[in-house]
Parts: sequence; C-alpha cells; structure tokens
Amino acid sequence: MSVKILGKSKGFYDTYERRPGSNKEQTHYCPGCGHGILHKLIAEALTEYGVAENCIFVSPVGCSVFAYYYFNAGNIQAAHGRAPAVATGVKRALPESIVISYQGDGDLAAIGGNEILHAANRGESITVFFVNNAIYGMTGGQMAPTTLIGQKTTTTPYGRTLQNEGYPIRMAEIIASLESPVYVERVMLADTRSKNAARKAVRRGIKNQIEKKGFSFIEVLSTCPTGWKMSAPQAEDWIKSTLVKNFPLGVLKDIALQVEPLDLSKHLAAPGRVSKLIGLDEEKVKFDTSAMKLNPQIDQEIKIAGFGGQGVLSLGVWLSEIGMREDLQVSWIPSYGPEMRGGTANCHVKLSRDPIGSPLVTHPTVLIAMNRPSLEKFEDDVIEGGAILWDASLIDIEPKRNDIVKIPIPATDIANELGNTRISNVVILGVLAGFSDFLDPLVVQRVLPIIFKKRHLIEINLKAFQRGLELGRELSQ
Amino acid sequence: MAKQFVKGNEAIVKGAILAGCRAYYGYPITPASEIAHAAALYMPLVGGTFLQAESEIAAINMVYGAAGTGIRAMTASSSPGFSLKQEGMSYLAGAELPCVVVDIMRGGPGLGNIAPEQSDYNQVVKGGGHGNYKNIVVAPNSAQEMCDLTMLAFDLADKYRNPAVVLADGFIGQMMEPVDFPDPVTEFAEKKWAVRGVDGDRMNLISSIELDPDDLERHNKKLQRKYEIILNNETRFEEYRLDDADFIVMGYGIVSRMVHTAVDQLRIEGVKVGMLRPITLMPFPSKRIAELATLDHVKAFSVIELSNGQMVDDVRLAVNGAKPVEFYGRMGGNVPSIQELVHEIKRMMRVL
Repeated sequence: MSVKILGKSKGFYDTYERRPGSNKEQTHYCPGCGHGILHKLIAEALTEYGVAENCIFVSPVGCSVFAYYYFNAGNIQAAHGRAPAVATGVKRALPESIVISYQGDGDLAAIGGNEILHAANRGESITVFFVNNAIYGMTGGQMAPTTLIGQKTTTTPYGRTLQNEGYPIRMAEIIASLESPVYVERVMLADTRSKNAARKAVRRGIKNQIEKKGFSFIEVLSTCPTGWKMSAPQAEDWIKSTLVKNFPLGVLKDIALQVEPLDLSKHLAAPGRVSKLIGLDEEKVKFDTSAMKLNPQIDQEIKIAGFGGQGVLSLGVWLSEIGMREDLQVSWIPSYGPEMRGGTANCHVKLSRDPIGSPLVTHPTVLIAMNRPSLEKFEDDVIEGGAILWDASLIDIEPKRNDIVKIPIPATDIANELGNTRISNVVILGVLAGFSDFLDPLVVQRVLPIIFKKRHLIEINLKAFQRGLELGRELSQ
Repeated sequence: MAKQFVKGNEAIVKGAILAGCRAYYGYPITPASEIAHAAALYMPLVGGTFLQAESEIAAINMVYGAAGTGIRAMTASSSPGFSLKQEGMSYLAGAELPCVVVDIMRGGPGLGNIAPEQSDYNQVVKGGGHGNYKNIVVAPNSAQEMCDLTMLAFDLADKYRNPAVVLADGFIGQMMEPVDFPDPVTEFAEKKWAVRGVDGDRMNLISSIELDPDDLERHNKKLQRKYEIILNNETRFEEYRLDDADFIVMGYGIVSRMVHTAVDQLRIEGVKVGMLRPITLMPFPSKRIAELATLDHVKAFSVIELSNGQMVDDVRLAVNGAKPVEFYGRMGGNVPSIQELVHEIKRMMRVL
C-alpha cells in the first residue's frame, strides 16, 4: 500500500527510521495519494533554497501526522488543528528558522479554524500548506468542511446536503480576504501541468518566508483514492472534472513583491540589565529606613471603602508602602472584578510586627469610609475602641456607635479647595498621620514622593497631606 | 536582591523573567489578567515575546511550540481557561515539554464567578487531560512565593522535562505584599532534545504519538518512573507547631495563611493544634502525612479547602485509616474568617 517518493530529495531522511515495521524506504501513504507528491515538492524547494537544515516542520493530525517520518528537518507534531499556533510559538522563538505548518482539511478548516484564521490575520511569518482532498482520510472517510454537496462519505452516507451541513468552505478565499497574508494560491495535483504549477507555488511560499515577507498560504487540491473509493487515475480525473469547479485555482492574493521584509530580529537583554529593565532597580527600590523607626502600639487592620475613582485602593497601597518602609509586615488585598469597575470598591490593609496570616480584614481597627453606603455597611464590623474616619463632605450621617473613636474629615471640601477633588484620599492619609500613632508624619512625607507615580502631582499631594496632618493634630487634642 | 511591594500576579511575571522566561502567550481572564498585563509590559523590554492569543487553546499550543525550541515559556489563566488548556497540557506532558502554566483559581463550575476558590485541585493535580500523566504543581501562599515558586517551577519543569503548574487563587493573585526579588538566573542546562532550526537538531522530534502499544506502554512507564523520582526528590511542605499537636490542620494557598492565624489563636486558648501545608501538591507530601499519622500525640487530621473537598482525598489516602480525617470547606468564592475557622476546628475536634 505504500508509495515511494521518487528521486528522494535531501530534504528527506535517507531512510525512514521512525516508520514502524521493516519498510524504511517508502512512505505510509496510499498509492495515488497527493501527500507524497506535495511532500516531495516541499523537500525539493527546501533543498534548492538551502534552508532544509533551518526548517522546522509542524505536522498536523490526519494522514500527514507522520510527516516527521520523512522530512529531514526539526520536527514537531501538533495537536489536531493547532499547528498554526504551535508554528507561531516556534517562529517567534526562532525567527531565522523556516517554519512550515502542514495541514489537512479537517485539521485546518474544521477543528483548527480559529488557529489558522488568527495566525493568518497576525501575518505570522510562516508557510502553510493546506491539503484539501474533501474528506477525512485517516479517520475513515468522514465528511470534511470541504466535502462537496452530494458527496457521499461515511458520515454523509446519503450525500452532503445544504440543509444539514451547508456549503463546502473555501479557505483560500477566506484567508485572501484578510489584510496580513502576502501570498495565497490554490493549486491542484492532477496532472503534470498542474503539478508543475504546484511546484512553483510551493517554492513561492517558502521563498517568501526566507525573504521575511510574512504569511503564505497554499491550498492544494489533492487526491484521496482510498477515501473516494476510486483508482488513482480516476481520482486525478475527479479533481479536474469536479473538485476544481468548487475550488477554483489561481493566485487569490500576492503582495509579496510590494511589501517590505519584516524585521524579525530579537534583541535579548543582557542578564546584567534584566532586573533594572523590569523595575527592580535596587537604587530606586531600596529605601533608607534608619533613623525613622517607630513602634506601632498595636497591629493595624484597616478597611478602606468608597466609590471607584475616589482613590480607595491607592490609599491602601500607600499605607502598605509606608508600612513596608517602616519594616513592618504588610499586606493589601482589594475587592476585585466588575464590582470594582462598576462602583463600590474596598481594600483590606494589614500592618503588623509579626508575619501576617490571613490578609483579610473582617474586624478592622480602623475603617475609612469615603461614601455613605460604606459607612453603613462596615460600621458594625469595627472593633471596640477602634476608629472610624469618614469623608464628612460626602456623608451626611454619623456613625451610631459610641464605643469607637469618630473622626469626621471634610476631605473632599479640602481637596476641592486645593484644586483637585481626587486628592481627598491624601487628606485622609494626613489626618491618620496627625491623629494616630502608627503613621510617623516624617516617614510619610519622605515616602510620598517616592511612591507617587506622577511627579507633577507631588507638590499638591504634599500640600493635601499637610492640611490633613494639621487637622488630625487638631482633632487629637 | 530588591524589595518591592507588588501584586502576587505581577510577582509571577517578574519571577518568570528573572528565571529566564522569554515567551508569554495568554488570553485575558479575571482574576489572572494582571499576569498578562505585566507580561505585556515587561517581556518586550527584555527582548522576550508577549502575544495575546486568540484563545486559551491557541495560547497553550503557542507555549508548546516555544517550549519545543528549548526556551523557557509560560502562559497563565484562571479556572475556565485552564479547562480549555487541558488538551495542550496532555500533549505537553506526552511530548515531555517543560513549561510553566499558572492557574489563578476562581469560583466554578461553569462560568461560576471571579471570587477565589480552590476547586481546580483535581483538574490540575490529577492531570485533568487525557492519558496517564501528571503535572508538577506548586502552591504559593504569598506574593513572595508567587515569585519564588514560579522560578522553582521553571527549574523543575526543565529538570524533569514536564509541564509545571503554579496553582494559586484569586486572593493570592490580587494581594499585594513586599517581595524580595532575587538576581536573574544566568545558567541554564542545555536542552539537547530541542528543535532549534539548526543542522544538529534534524533528528530531534517533539511528539506525543506512539502507534505501537508496546512503545506507548514503555513511554507511559517511563513517565510513571519520572513521577516517582519527582515524588522522592521534590516534595516540599511547611510544618507549623506540629511538635506536640493533637490535631493537624492542613490547607494550601490562601487557606494556609488563615489556618496559620487560627492555629495561633487556638494555641493561646491552650488547644494543641498545628498546621501542615503542602507547598508542592504534585508531588504530594503523602510520606510525611503517613509518618505523622503514626505518632501517638496526633489524634486526627483536618483539611480546610475552598472547595467541596478535593485535596482531602489525597490526605485520606496518605493517612490510610490510621487516624480520622475531618473536612471543612467553603465554596462559591466565600472565604472563612479566622473566627469561623477557630470555631470549625474546635467543632471537628469535638467530633472525635
């Protein structure tokens, strides 16, 4: 049942050692099958262009799953339909290699429809060979997305119908409709002339990749005498008489000559620079904590809540950043997801001298409420003797409890006075520093310029902090 | 060494880059998206690849391709996304490709919600895809470990040619803590099996197909031997106040942080409890659990999970009936408070 690839190219292994059984000379393909011919055209082109040793060949699932028996290349066998994704991972890692994704019609047009579409749309610099024989060969002659209307297969025993399966899919036309691909052609393997045209297309597809032109796609109408239940000559005739009428031949897109070569070069950072490049610059990160130690009287568990956009989460991060620089153990955890994007937000901050177990704050020592729903929701959770700070500019009620310290702050009014509503959270930070003994104002003032991302806002933020600080001191007396 | 206050999800990416990872392929999903954001930000700066794939399936297969070339590659997702990646996990394990996959677990089944759960234990630790394979699985419980265990995962993946999973939950991913980042790894073992598009690699093959039943059985046996070696050499766990403990509470990830605090509170009340935290879930510390189960002072075990009880099965297998094994779990994204845990641990102890 095997056919020999005539006049073996250097693009093939000398003997097919990976092929099971005693026959190491011939392929596993059926007589008259188009795969052997296309393999040969590809191996020839790789050899002629002198790139066989740089080739990485991605085999699909289908009859050509064993293409790696034959191609004298780096071989990778992929999951069903995923060859273009695998090829993407290969090519991005090795831009100088020649990466081929070889796929059948079930693999490419059915289960791998998404992968081929997006690899093409990204313009991956790979070459795709799409073998369209209108049937699933390996699994036993089932319908392919390219099976013709009326064509009988093992899963369309009465013939493919419009009502049940719809029309066959024309992949080359779909791929050619995308902006990125540089070359899309459909050829057939039916007679000497058409095989010569196919040879040309195969060479073009590989040459484009060598020249870094981008994504090339060659659809090959190919025979499956076994699946079609025909002799080899009958199969070639059927391509010419029938298949080609549904899948017209020709170049569907060719802009390879017009486009500039892609710059695929990789510039890996020297190991010595990596830390700095990802923001782990020691000078920037290290902070001198000497001479500014303070001992918080108790471990703090802080809950901050308000509307999204009020700087609720940032205030929590600042507190943690300050705590970290005081050599405290710190943790911060936000409410996250749609809740955060939609409206209310809250975060939990822990500052402790001991390692922090759970980062969650169920019973805060300090609640910072920046809107009324937050105050109402979390007031009862605060521990006895704890503190509630709230933005009195926005909240028109007061906490009902009498066993806690109450600190009303006209934070938004002060922020507006200073000219920026969004710094109300800094005012509150200032009050905390002025009122409580767990934030050292000196530390905060030194840390703020380091943690603020936008340099031009540092001055106004320091002003807001100062106003809060004074208010906090006033309130504590 | 540089100390920085970062999110767990960001610590993963920085750790990965310090470990030499230069390819990230992923698909956005809450609560894992910050990993993709950080990778998109940092990978190009170090000459690596970041690509937002068209799907979770494409992403894991891009990792398959990249790993096949011998570079360190990764992807990350959350529970429903990991379910989609299972096909790729099976192929990676079959082809013995090293890579790191992060799963920031969220509530399920189905679309569930985006709150933290630990209900992927079975699908990650037990393999999950088709075939007789296992992933290496590490379970960080802090932002620091998100960095450290990601780096370890790359080393173990390379050492054993096996996919390694960093299994965390929404809280560990979203939480910010100070992290001491180590210096970048500069020395890597050569991967002679890789396909690099050079002449010397032309006999190399990345594949998971073995048509002959005897060959495939041989391959499977080889994999099982590998898992045995991993079990013997790479099991990691943390013990806390176990020396005289009557009652051993087990939990991994975020739960272990809560159990830690609950143990301290119970100890103040004079209750003799301790904690055993698996740091690697595959390999699982079965041997240590079995040893502890034989100790006279150990009366029972309790397992706490944010799931319907998945790791508890492995604890029961390890204890093998020697001592009772109790379970308490929360689901749906609910996380127990310390008070709740203290109460439940006491309740479980009373049952005995």
